[in-house]
Amino acid sequence: MSMETPLARVRGLGAAGAGGQHWWHERTTSAALFLLLVWLAVSLVRLPGLDYGTVREWLSQPVAAVPMLLLIVVTFQHIKHGLTVIIEDYVHDEGSKLFWLMVVNFAAVLAAALALFAVLKVALGAEAD
Amino acid sequence: MHRNPDRPMSPHFTIWKWGPHMLVSIVHRVTGAGLAAAGGAVLVWWLLAAAGGPDSYADFTDWATWKWALIFWVPLSWALFQHTLSGLRHFVLDAGAGYELSTNKFWANMTLVGSVLLTALLWAWIVYGRGA
Repeated sequence: MSMETPLARVRGLGAAGAGGQHWWHERTTSAALFLLLVWLAVSLVRLPGLDYGTVREWLSQPVAAVPMLLLIVVTFQHIKHGLTVIIEDYVHDEGSKLFWLMVVNFAAVLAAALALFAVLKVALGAEAD
Repeated sequence: MHRNPDRPMSPHFTIWKWGPHMLVSIVHRVTGAGLAAAGGAVLVWWLLAAAGGPDSYADFTDWATWKWALIFWVPLSWALFQHTLSGLRHFVLDAGAGYELSTNKFWANMTLVGSVLLTALLWAWIVYGRGA
């Protein structure tokens, strides 16, 4: 007979095999993302237009580029977290679960890298051609 | 583990009465997945277009201001409002508040009403206010 408590026997047996940290991280990225999206909406509304010149000039300023870099990091972390939970809940076969988790993780990191590179290119690059 | 297939499986989809909280819960996931794919893609495209030069930016704006692109933008903006309002409701629920049946139902409905209202206001402003 096992001396383990019932709780100890079921810990780590959820769909993800882990929990609390991921749950918290999803909430903290939500809160950060909310603030950053309000910033983005206000910033874009205040611009005279969304044409090439205006957007480039805006994004080349540190006050725009830095929050945009943060927004990209937080957005794709949040996307990665959310899609991970969806896959863990609905894909039951271990092999396909692993496969789709890798697809989502790779795609989120790739998308974030592309977006970060784009912002840095505008912010640090030579004057617009 | 043996499971008797004759016994019903939780959560008994067929016998539960649907309420707004259930709808808002699944809509939160659906809008989240939609925003992740469509919103994530368009954000990356917009930034890459801006970094790529005037021609690549023109390709983006040609598509973004195309009238049929509204089929993309309107649902995307609604999904963003719905997911955001539903997310704010989650913060309250996560803090352990708002579970009384009437309160829970009221705020679940309010996320739906609010997202439609905000989407309508946004597009009314874009079309009539700003002049696009």
